[in-house]
Amino acid sequence: MTTSKVPHRFANLHGDSGVQVGKTVGKFGWLPPVVFGVGALALWEVVVRVAGVPAFILPTPSAIGAQIVAQPAVLLSTSWATGLNALVGLVAGFVLGVVLALLAASSRLLSDLTTPVVAAASAVPIVALAPVFTTMFGSTTEIPRRLVVMLVVIVPVFIATARGLRQVQPVHAELMTALAATPWQHARFVRLPGAIPHIMTGLRLAAPAAVIAAVVAEYFGGLQNGLGSRISSAAANTAYARAWAFVAASIVLGLLFHFAGLLAERLVTRRTLRRTP
Amino acid sequence: MKGTSAVELVGVDKDFGEVNALSGIELTIGGGEFVSLIGPSGCGKSTLLRVVADLEQPSAGTVTVGGKPPRQARVDQEYGIAFQQAGLLEWRTVAENVELPLHVHGMAKPQRQARAAELLELVGLADFAGSRPSQLSGGMQQRVAIARALAPSPRLLLMDEPFGALDEMTRERMQAELLRIAGETGAAVLFVTHSIPEAVVLSDRVVVMSPRPGRITEIVTGRRPAVGKAAELDPDDVEDVRESSAFFAAITAVREALRKGHEA
Ligand SMILES: Nc1ncnc2c1ncn2[C@@H]1O[C@H](COP(=O)(O)OP(=O)(O)OP(=O)(O)O)[C@@H](O)[C@H]1O
Ligand SMILES: [Mg+2]
Repeated sequence: MTTSKVPHRFANLHGDSGVQVGKTVGKFGWLPPVVFGVGALALWEVVVRVAGVPAFILPTPSAIGAQIVAQPAVLLSTSWATGLNALVGLVAGFVLGVVLALLAASSRLLSDLTTPVVAAASAVPIVALAPVFTTMFGSTTEIPRRLVVMLVVIVPVFIATARGLRQVQPVHAELMTALAATPWQHARFVRLPGAIPHIMTGLRLAAPAAVIAAVVAEYFGGLQNGLGSRISSAAANTAYARAWAFVAASIVLGLLFHFAGLLAERLVTRRTLRRTP
Repeated sequence: MKGTSAVELVGVDKDFGEVNALSGIELTIGGGEFVSLIGPSGCGKSTLLRVVADLEQPSAGTVTVGGKPPRQARVDQEYGIAFQQAGLLEWRTVAENVELPLHVHGMAKPQRQARAAELLELVGLADFAGSRPSQLSGGMQQRVAIARALAPSPRLLLMDEPFGALDEMTRERMQAELLRIAGETGAAVLFVTHSIPEAVVLSDRVVVMSPRPGRITEIVTGRRPAVGKAAELDPDDVEDVRESSAFFAAITAVREALRKGHEA
């Protein structure tokens, strides 16, 4: 048995030379934004009190805080309802976006059919469809909102996935041809795994957008169980501080989705380390 | 030579629009024979290899690979192929990369894994089965690519400058490895290179090509170490070949042929 001793380089084994996902936050990286946030709230409180700004323009943070403390159960249940809509829509839109991009990549005809439609969809204010869906499906169901979220999510996921699927190294394409791989095998063994970093970036971008879509879709009527519907009804009843309390909950929900998306992107991309050429 | 020829090219032309990449190619590669293609850049070496691999269709002439039309040979995985870049899939382990051709051909997982283990042993990388390609050096990656090409036990190995990106020492070691592997598996090899010594030391025959139009100008007998020794071949045996006077004579013959082709 001949064993040859070729010198090997473990350049990428340790260290972080492989992928760079998002920003690397240092140990106290959270400190500046927190200080900034607290400072901004304090400034807001002072300005509103000193200048005597009326509550319908801008309530004080303390008044909003009092509303939050007064009704945690309602905030939680409405956040849950909206969060669930966002999640269901996100998952459905993600799966559909990836599948559509795969189909588009598999045939010229399908690509010609889907790509312009999705490109056009990215220019349409999709939440504006919410009242139409409410009329179609009735105002006692969550379907219209989930549908809106799904459509909002499909676009960035489709675009990111399609881009990833297109970036196949020529040597890999050649290899799959030489192996007489079927189009499906080509997708499964080469295109899809190679596109995963792109797909995950699409998911990260879509996650907070899903929350925004879920909240805004509720402004157009339908069930009164979510954050968006509470914001609009509180505002209509001149309960401005209460409206802002629900806005604050929407922000928290959006951040939650944002960080979940970021985490998912990092975990998945790290596992399928992309090669540095 | 055993049985049917590995490759037969009869009157093969290949045009890319105005460019006459191949013209009147006549070449037969016997079973287990090692044939190198050498010639200036753009003379059609890669095109010739790609025609054999059914990655390119000839404009005229007939091509037979293992007694079949190239398309059938490709579908049946009659040949294994290795390119200048190793082209490993980063999301698969080293062993899974070797398994790829078998996976594509629908072989069951246990058999696949056993075969990959056997091949990694053959190329001396058994310890790296679970590694990621990026953890390997360029030479090791190229050996994985060769193991992958060998996975379906092809009777023919097509290699397009597989050692082009390697340093000189690694390259010589890889040449010895390739000779040993070709000897052990009995596969025929069609090998594209720019290095005259590499072509001479590896090959039974060195095919010299010239450009515009790409054609075969001369075929020189190479200095491949005897097949009988191949199983125990180690770099020292190849070293002996490199220092023999017959080796230098063959190098001179190839160089002359290249020069003639250039002047023509
Ligand atoms: N797909 C293609 N389309 C058009 N022309 C091509 C194509 N492939 C090759 N050619 C042309 O055919 C000729 C032969 O190319 P080929 O790649 O076979 O040369 P080669 O001998 O492999 O060169 P090198 O040593 O640089 O790799 C060149 O003139 C090249 O420009
Ligand atoms: Mg070439």
